[in-house]
Formats: sequence, C-alpha cells, structure tokens
Amino acid sequence: MQVEQLEILDFLRAHRPFDELSEEALQRTAAVIDVRYYKAGERIVEFGEVAEYWHLVRSGAVEVFRRNGTLYNRLTEGGYFGEFGLLRSGRVRFPVVALEDSLIYLIPREVFAELFDQYESFADYVEVEDKTRLRQAMSRKEDANDLLSATVDTLVGRAAVTLDSTATAREVAQRMSEEGVSSLLIVDDHPDVPGLPQLSGIITDRDLRTRLVAPGLAYDTPATEIMSSGVVSVNHNQLVFEAMLVMLRHNVHHLPVLDNLRPVGVVALSDIIRYESRNSLFLVGSIFRQQSQDELATLVPEVRACFARMVNEDASSQMIGSAMAAIGRSFKQRLLELAEAELGPPPVPYCFLALGSMARQEQLLVTDQDNALVLDNRFDPAQHDAYFKALATFVSDGLARCGYSYCTGGVMATNGKWRQPLAAWERTFTDWIERPTPESLLHAGIFFDLDGVWGKTAWANRLRELIARKARGNSRFLACMARNALQRTPPLGFFKDFVVESDGRHTGAINIKRRGTAPLADLIRVHALAIGSESLNSFERLKDIIDAAILPLGRGQDLFDALEFISMVRARHQAESLAAGEEPDNSIDPEKLSEFERKSLRDAFLILGNAQKFLKYRYQPGRAN
Amino acid sequence: MLHLGDLKGAQGRAGVRAGKAAGQADGASAPDWPARFAALAEAAHDPRLRAFYAAGAVAGDTPLAEVPMVAIDVETTGLDPARDEIVSIGLLPMTLERIASSASRYWVVRPRIELNAESVVIHAITHAQIEAAPDFGAVIDDLLAALAGRVVVVHCRDIERSFLDRALAARIGEGIEFPVIDTMDLEARIHRAARPGFFARLFGKRPAPVSIRLADSRTRYHLPRYRAHHALTDALATAELLQAQVAHRFAPDTPLRELWS
Repeated sequence: MQVEQLEILDFLRAHRPFDELSEEALQRTAAVIDVRYYKAGERIVEFGEVAEYWHLVRSGAVEVFRRNGTLYNRLTEGGYFGEFGLLRSGRVRFPVVALEDSLIYLIPREVFAELFDQYESFADYVEVEDKTRLRQAMSRKEDANDLLSATVDTLVGRAAVTLDSTATAREVAQRMSEEGVSSLLIVDDHPDVPGLPQLSGIITDRDLRTRLVAPGLAYDTPATEIMSSGVVSVNHNQLVFEAMLVMLRHNVHHLPVLDNLRPVGVVALSDIIRYESRNSLFLVGSIFRQQSQDELATLVPEVRACFARMVNEDASSQMIGSAMAAIGRSFKQRLLELAEAELGPPPVPYCFLALGSMARQEQLLVTDQDNALVLDNRFDPAQHDAYFKALATFVSDGLARCGYSYCTGGVMATNGKWRQPLAAWERTFTDWIERPTPESLLHAGIFFDLDGVWGKTAWANRLRELIARKARGNSRFLACMARNALQRTPPLGFFKDFVVESDGRHTGAINIKRRGTAPLADLIRVHALAIGSESLNSFERLKDIIDAAILPLGRGQDLFDALEFISMVRARHQAESLAAGEEPDNSIDPEKLSEFERKSLRDAFLILGNAQKFLKYRYQPGRAN
Repeated sequence: MLHLGDLKGAQGRAGVRAGKAAGQADGASAPDWPARFAALAEAAHDPRLRAFYAAGAVAGDTPLAEVPMVAIDVETTGLDPARDEIVSIGLLPMTLERIASSASRYWVVRPRIELNAESVVIHAITHAQIEAAPDFGAVIDDLLAALAGRVVVVHCRDIERSFLDRALAARIGEGIEFPVIDTMDLEARIHRAARPGFFARLFGKRPAPVSIRLADSRTRYHLPRYRAHHALTDALATAELLQAQVAHRFAPDTPLRELWS
C-alpha cells in the first residue's frame, strides 16, 4: 500500500528540482524516502563508501568536502548531495558532515536513477557538472532574446531602393517619394565584376534637407554631391544586436545591408527599435545635441533608465556592456568636441584613449573613467601641454558630472604621466612587456585594454598591434600578468545570508566586480595576450582563445557562461537599486539572491577558481608558451 | 470536548504525571519484557495475539543501535479510553540508523461512536472517509504484524497503550501489552530531573517549566515544524525526535533498558 507522507510530499513540492515533477511522480518519490537525523558534527557519508542514496537536506546544514579535506560546498534546507557518486562510480565522491543538527531525506539510488532518466528537467537541474547547469541557464536566456538571436535579414522588409551615380538630387527625391522610403542607396557597377552593383553612398531625407535645400543647391545637383560616402554597412547574416552596435558606434540611423557586397536593403533605426523599445540609440543622438557640460549632466537619469530597461528586457550582459560603452564613448566624444570649441583646435594631433571596461565594452552603471591621451610625436610639453591638460581636465570633469567618477588610481589624461606622445607610449608598452616585474605591471592591466575614442584613433590600433606582437608567447611577461590576475579570487559560495570564503570564513556581502567580473576579465586578458589576440571585449577574446585551443576542451565555453552570469547578477543588482531609488553599487547582499542565483553564482565562482588554477599552472615563469 | 492532542499538551505542561500503566515502575525497573512476552504467548487465546507475543521482545540489555523499533501514533475521538475510540493509526519502522518512512502504514478506522465536528476538523479526516473506513477489527492482523518483534516508540505512552489495549479487548476479548520508548518521558527526564532546591521551594520559586510537547521538544533539537494531528505525520515526528534525543543525550551502545518501560 502506498501511504501519503504529507510533510515529505509538501517539502518536495516546494523545492527544486522536484517542483517540475508530475503529481504522480512526486507521490511515488515521497513514498520511498527514508529519514535520518544527524547531530551537528556527525559524519553523514564517508569517501569511498557505497553510494546508496541521494541525500536531500530537509532542515539544518551540511558541509561537503573534497577528498583532500578542503570545503567544497555548504548546503542548507533544500540542498542535495550524492549525485556524483550515484551517477558515476557508485561510490561516495565527496564526504559530507552535518554542520548543524540536520534532518536528511534519503532517496534510494534506483528511484533517483529513474527520475534522472525519465524527467529531463530534473536531470538538467541535478546534472552533476555544475557548469552544465550554468550553460543551460544561459542558453535558455539566449533563446528568449530576439535582439541577440535574430539576424539582420529578418528586418529587411523590402529590396534596397537604388539609383546609379548619374542620378540627380531631384530624381533621388522623386524615387524616395514613390517608394515611400527615408533613404536611398547610390550604386555603381563593380569595377572588376561587370553587372555586380557596388554600394557607393547613401542619401537620407535629412541629407536632402541639410545638404540640398538649406544651402540652396539646384535640384539637378548630382546625387553623388549630397550623398554620404564611405558608408558603414552590415552583412545580411549579422545579428540585429550587432547592427544596433554599429549604429551606436557611428551614430547613424540607416545601415545598408549587404549580401556578398550586393546591397539588399536598408535597416533603419526604427526597425531596430521594434526590437528594443525606447532604444539607447536615441540617447546617443541626444548626447550629441547637448551644448554644455551642464546639459550633458541632465542626461544621467536617461542613461540610468536606458540601462534599467535593457536589464528588464533581458538583454545579455554583452549587449548591455556594449550599449553602455557606446553611450560612454559618445559622452567623451561630445565633451571633446565641446572642449575643442572652447579651447580652440589642438596644437598637434592627438588620440583620446578609453581604457579598461569601456574599451572592453563591458561597462555597467557604476564605473570609473579610465582614460589617457596619445599625442603627436611633435608634442613639445613647454608649448603644448597646457592645452592638453586643459582639454583633459574639461573632459574628466565633464565625465565626472555625467556619472563616470574620477579614477581613484589616477588613470586619467589629467595625470601628466598618462599624457604622452605616441613614441613614449610605445616605449612604455615595450618596457612593460619586455622587462616585466609583477610590481611594474601591478596596475598596468587596465592599459592593455585600450580603444581610440576620438582624434587619431589609428594610433590606438597601432599600440594594440604592438602589444599583441610583443606579448604573444612572452613567458616572463605572461607569468607576471598571470600572477597579478590571481590576486583577486572568488568566494566559495553562499550559506544562509553569508558569503563563504574558501577558508570557511563568513562575510556579509561581496563586491561582485572585485570578486567576479574583474578577476575573470584579468584572466581572459592574460590568455588573449598569450595568443596575440587584438580583440578587446572579453567575450570576443574568449572566442579567440577557444579558437586557439589553449584551454582544455569546454573550459572556454564555461568561462563564457560564468562571465555572462556574474555580469548579469551585477547588472540586475544595479537595476534593482535604481528601481528602489538607491544609489547603484557593486556590493551584493546574499540575502537578495534567489536560490537559483546562489546555485548558479556558486557554479560560476567554481569555474573562475578552477580557471585561475589553470592560469597559474599554464603561465609559470620559465614555461614555454 | 477536549482533543487528544490537548491532553498530551496538558500532560506536558503539568509535568510527568504518575499515570503509569498498572503495575509498572519507572524506566530502569521496567518489566522483564522477554519473559513477560513468553508468558503472554502462553496465555493468549487469539492466534494473532499469540503470534505477536511469540515473536518475542528485545532484551533490555540490547544496545540501542541494534533495537528494531516502530514509531506509532493514534488519533482518537476524544480523551477517555473507556468511551472514545481510535479514528486513525500511523506507524513506521525505524532503527537508530534509519526511519523507514518508505515502509510506513496508515489506517483510518470507523469508530463505533459518533464523530463530533470538532475532532473532524482537528484530524482533517472527513465523515466520508470515516464512513468508508473499516472497523478497527479489520486492521488487527496488519497492525500486530507491523508491531511484532519491535519496540514501540510513542510520544506520551499512555494514549497509545490504553487505546490499543481497549480497542483489542473490545474486538477479541483480550487486551495487549508491549514495551514502549516514550519520547515525552525522555524529554521530561532530561528537563525536569533537577528538583528545585529547598529555598527555591520555600519561596515558591520554580524554574520556568520546559514544555515537553512534541512540537516544542522537536524545536529544541532543530527539527522542522510539522502540522500536528495526522497520525502518520505525528509518528514520523516522534521517530525523528527519538533519533535526535539519542544523538544528543544517549549513545548507540546505551542499553535499551535505560529508555523503555
């Protein structure tokens, strides 16, 4: 006879992964559970003994250890252990001790195996590899996200409206009216392939207004005189999200779509906005319309609202990071325009560099301004430095007012040390790489993420090439970078309302940037430098690293998932603070994490911890890379 | 009318009452149960009861770790064993190692007296369930088989002992005796052993009474809170409490005689 154990049944019903079982399976499971009480300190299972049960913590708390005696996990009510042994060797892999007086439910091996085989959701959740759960959490999210998964051709509703370069402005306007479009492409025959049209320019409604009507040009002005040439375009099979980033970065509202060089359509701002309501693109547009620092500062609430919206609309951290970086970049560009308007044109050319998270396009809300100036080699401090100091101060103060606080480490162009001619920068990087010490590189990591924002941005590319060339395979340099990348470690996990450190200590909160995203970015940077990758974004770098096959199989994807998950916890935390009217920060209170977030974060920390061990091993001083 | 649970509570508050089953003394001086069972097996008429006794009783010097036990709880129509009757029985076999909830048994039985509305609510057993249930007589076979060879574990022994004794007597003309570990008694021993000193008694100072109700006792051992008044849940709750008491206050090699009566 099957007897209903109501308390056991209710407990199962309220806890994952049982809540997804059918009522019948739940009752069957509840009916086979046995129970055992353990006093605090009692051993529950020993390493190597036959694994007979899957254990479920009904109440109390237990500690799971590795074979070498180090703490692996702490579990409380609803936690479970023993699946490793049941699914693998049939022997207990992780010894477990009661940390508090605990009541343990015992599910026989056969029943566990049956649930595991028959219920995919159950198996998915329990799956022995911690990282697998994280991967599944991530892929479910990707599916839900149109902006990230849809390709540009889904937006191309109609063939491109084109005219060849002999057309006049009037013909362009007539054609646009007939077709009811806001932009038109000017195409030429491809010089080498007769018959293949080649994009030579784009004309928008706005161009007709500002370049034809306003200056009072004749209607038979050649279209080529009012078109924008050197057009930024996207490929038909790129992601909608990538198209959005291109628009953000270049501040354009129309993107020709190419298929094998052939223009097949145009994606307009409005098409993308269908995907992301009230888009960050608007914000970038309005940044460029502000006329002073004061006016720019009034956009802070909009930046925050834009961020919160993206988080709430389930954007990925990569999307949010890129969009926020594009916004930050626009602030810098507009501030530099305003500075030049106030101070006059620069005495020698320069390139304004973004460093760190903005260069990596991984910016969230709470972020320092990390920047530097690369000056022309003709730079003469006595003659020119006053100008660049004033320029840097203008930008730095403006950024601080727009929510990008001053860099506490002084990595800003206002610091004379970081306002150098290109040749000096090249020497500095060469020194760092060829004569490294852990001390000299201690705060240098941030410089290896550099992006040109304004001016001679080609110089930034030149520096990146130099870094990639010299760093690649340079084992002494990589060992120093690796050593510094190991200085910040993740916590072990969570226990009740505390963060558990690897040595068992408890703390009340963690700085999720310092303990999670920053050490991940540091670690990924070392691998990226080792293989000579010139990518900046950590996700892009990871793709390069995976392609270079320097990590054990699957670990690259694990890092990808770990970075995405930790970043999203951080982003959500900041968005929640905004919603609650609090000042966003990076400090996470475990109390506010859901059970799923705790488990997945712990998985992610574990992946980071293991990856750090691998980094230490791989970049030992003297080891050939 | 009061309910059984309230009786258990009332006894709990009042402290350990003298209400031992007739002829029985406290813990250490419990009867020689194996000898008693041998004699009862001879004397019993009903073959089922004879088989129950013939299965024997565990010797008093057996270490707890080796004692097969069965936790049991009965819910009744009221307090008075002479007038009230059993409506449900829950039991589960156990040892110190394992509470075999998977082998638990639960019966609803139809009392011969009218079930009043109040106790229906308390037990969450409906009239329809009662109407469909068999008489206690129909579960005697299974019940005795489940108890045979095991030491009974209850919270407040007098209830289960007296109601089972009466219920059997009413059906087969013979009552029943069996050894019992009473978790409420163990709790009382632990918390009420120290009598107040002379001056304290003189000035009427008493230590704040420690509740030995099932739920309150469980809380002291960090056991979860369960809904009361379901026979099987209460039996499980009692079984867990015993494991906790032994883990904290006794040892696996403590002889059975120190606990039973």
